[in-house]
Amino acid sequence: MNLVRDRTVQGLTLALGVMLIVSALVPSWIVNQLLFAFSRAIVVLGLLVLWRTRLVSFGHALYFGLGAYTVAMTSRYTGVNDAFALLGAAALLSTVVGFFVGFIIRRYRDIFFAMLNLAFSMILYGILVKTEALGSTDGFTIEQPTFAGIAFEDPSEGKLALLCLLMVVGWAVAVGVQAYLRSTLGRLTTAIGDNEIRVEYLGYSAEHAIHIKYVLSTFLAGLGGGFMALALGQVDPDSMVNWTASGELVFVTILSGPGSVAAPFIGSFVFEILRTYAFEWMPHAWQMIVGGTLLIVIFFMPGGLWGLVSGVAQRLTRRRPAAAAPGAGG
Amino acid sequence: MRQFRKAAIAAVVAAALTPAGVAVAQDKPVKMSVVSFLSGPAAGPFGVPARNGAEVVILAINAGKLPAPHNTKGLAGRPIEVEYIDESGGNTKQVAEYRNMVEKRGVDVALGYVSSGTCEALTPVAEELKKLTVYAVCGTPRIFEESKPQYVFRTMSHATSDNVAAAYYVREYFPKIKGYTGINQNYAWGQDSWRDFDAAMKQLTKAKASTKLQWPKLFQGQYSTEISALLLDKADLIHSSFYDGDLESFIFQGQTRGLFKKKQVVFTVGETSVYRLNKRMPEGVVLGARGPYGVIVLNRPSALNKWFIAAYKDRFGSYPPGPAYQYAQAVLATKIAYDAAAKKAGAFPSQDQVIAQLKGAEFESFSTHVKMALGDGHQAITENGYGITKWDAKAGEVKLEKVKFYPAECVNPPAGVKSVDWINGGMKGAKCG
Repeated sequence: MNLVRDRTVQGLTLALGVMLIVSALVPSWIVNQLLFAFSRAIVVLGLLVLWRTRLVSFGHALYFGLGAYTVAMTSRYTGVNDAFALLGAAALLSTVVGFFVGFIIRRYRDIFFAMLNLAFSMILYGILVKTEALGSTDGFTIEQPTFAGIAFEDPSEGKLALLCLLMVVGWAVAVGVQAYLRSTLGRLTTAIGDNEIRVEYLGYSAEHAIHIKYVLSTFLAGLGGGFMALALGQVDPDSMVNWTASGELVFVTILSGPGSVAAPFIGSFVFEILRTYAFEWMPHAWQMIVGGTLLIVIFFMPGGLWGLVSGVAQRLTRRRPAAAAPGAGG
Repeated sequence: MRQFRKAAIAAVVAAALTPAGVAVAQDKPVKMSVVSFLSGPAAGPFGVPARNGAEVVILAINAGKLPAPHNTKGLAGRPIEVEYIDESGGNTKQVAEYRNMVEKRGVDVALGYVSSGTCEALTPVAEELKKLTVYAVCGTPRIFEESKPQYVFRTMSHATSDNVAAAYYVREYFPKIKGYTGINQNYAWGQDSWRDFDAAMKQLTKAKASTKLQWPKLFQGQYSTEISALLLDKADLIHSSFYDGDLESFIFQGQTRGLFKKKQVVFTVGETSVYRLNKRMPEGVVLGARGPYGVIVLNRPSALNKWFIAAYKDRFGSYPPGPAYQYAQAVLATKIAYDAAAKKAGAFPSQDQVIAQLKGAEFESFSTHVKMALGDGHQAITENGYGITKWDAKAGEVKLEKVKFYPAECVNPPAGVKSVDWINGGMKGAKCG
């Protein structure tokens, strides 16, 4: 049925191995960029699944923020400070909330889907901003976590440990999402986007399938938010729950392109680097560079960065047989 | 060929990612980042004047043209290499950017920051990276009350003194006030400001707080319902910690309804808008500048103040508002610490030596006397002043009447006491002279 062999999993595993070595060698500011980038990439992975169903959410900062705040609140009020427990709690809580919100959301499509998500996220934003006990607009800081009981004296070692954990988790969820997309239910993703009525005639419930995708995306958003909170050591509503945070997630989704589960990781890193240099070069107008890039991507790279990567890869593989022959002879 | 191209791309990427060339150690300038709002609603009235204030002083330091005794060139003889950074984008962005500043670009001194939330978020990061960080503004007293940072300093008073001084001013000039209410932005800054003002009023006066407080959300911009509620409220005094665009919208909308004639309004940060609104600024309003800065100290005759006003006006065409003074003060504090450390060490000082000098320092700034008295010598206290607006038709400028300053030890808690506890405990140890 599928003539082209899918090498995504092998590719991801290879990338994980390379990145684990690379991350130990790069300067610490790159470690930070990678932490931010991959935390966001996990969220974008969920948005990618939705996007393949032609659904765009302008409110996933709800789950991103919920994950981040769960980590922050848990470590502040319960004294539990282990990364595994905190991240588990973050993913669990946003999945539960996503499950219930999903019953309402799954009935809507297009702009209504986008805006309803936005509305839900702004409810959380409103609650956080108005409640002093939750840190109000200032948010609060989070201490360095331990890892299964191991505490790192040197904060930069702690960061590196977090990055390693993040990369392993990132690999696992990417492989998981890939497996899901190749399953029957996952293959419905594009089908629902193309023609929902036909999918219903095939005997599947589109609403049910969308609900599953939605819950999957909220799980990933909560997990990513949890990682982001630990990476930053700080949560606040403006950069984590506000609609601008949701917008950023959509931005990275478009920048990455829907082509592969690896795309969010590349797109997210490019986004971080882009923003960092834009900030450095044009402190008064860095938003212009970021916005301009989005326009360029939409106009000239509809497949996002992944489209660019796969395009180059295809050209190389097409040329290879011709190029290999003289190479073998000489 | 393809191999070559790949190598070339790799080289370019590698070059872009390494920090810019390592300069010869001896002539290495001191790298300073100045961070303030350069975009968004707080840029115009606050962030840009702040940046400009820092710029005027940094240019003068590099040229050795500050008034004596600061007329030596540079920081401990080395020129300042400055980069201006935008503070907008939220705490997340700022933490990431701070790490870039320190770890990627090798900044020696991080200076600035307006937002309390950002200062709180950055403090643990600054401690982790062990980098000298001088906060120029941010309001919250919590930074040095809840932890003991070693690398972080703040060169102006925290927000408690603004509101305690406001309460003293009300007691002195409006003793007949029976009730007071407040309109404050519903976020940490507004909430903290009201809490301190309310607590201080309870200690100092017999006036009653209104039960109907107005908490519009940040950047709401439209205040007709709040103004109606304020006009109907029996309280005759209104406290507000509004700043930036919200302050100006509120002033315009309140003016058309006669709010400023019917009620006595106290703006704790109103000074930032005086030069911008000029004639449109209502008369008879109590204005603060978060300390002795801007229009409140326009007539102070010290050589440093005269120089700063002239230099700022010369470069930017207006009088320096409060934020310009506050950022200038942070730069000056850094220079004083570097120079003192160099003198003591007999060579260019290490960061630890600079920190040792800045800790607990006492110096004359452009407009006031600064004492790094709180938070183990890391948090400054200064006097705090208020005045009442009056349009001077002859000069075509807003003037302040009945300007009154309260000494630093009067409006700030003593070392080791939390602000809220201090006010609620009857402001023990206050020396109001």
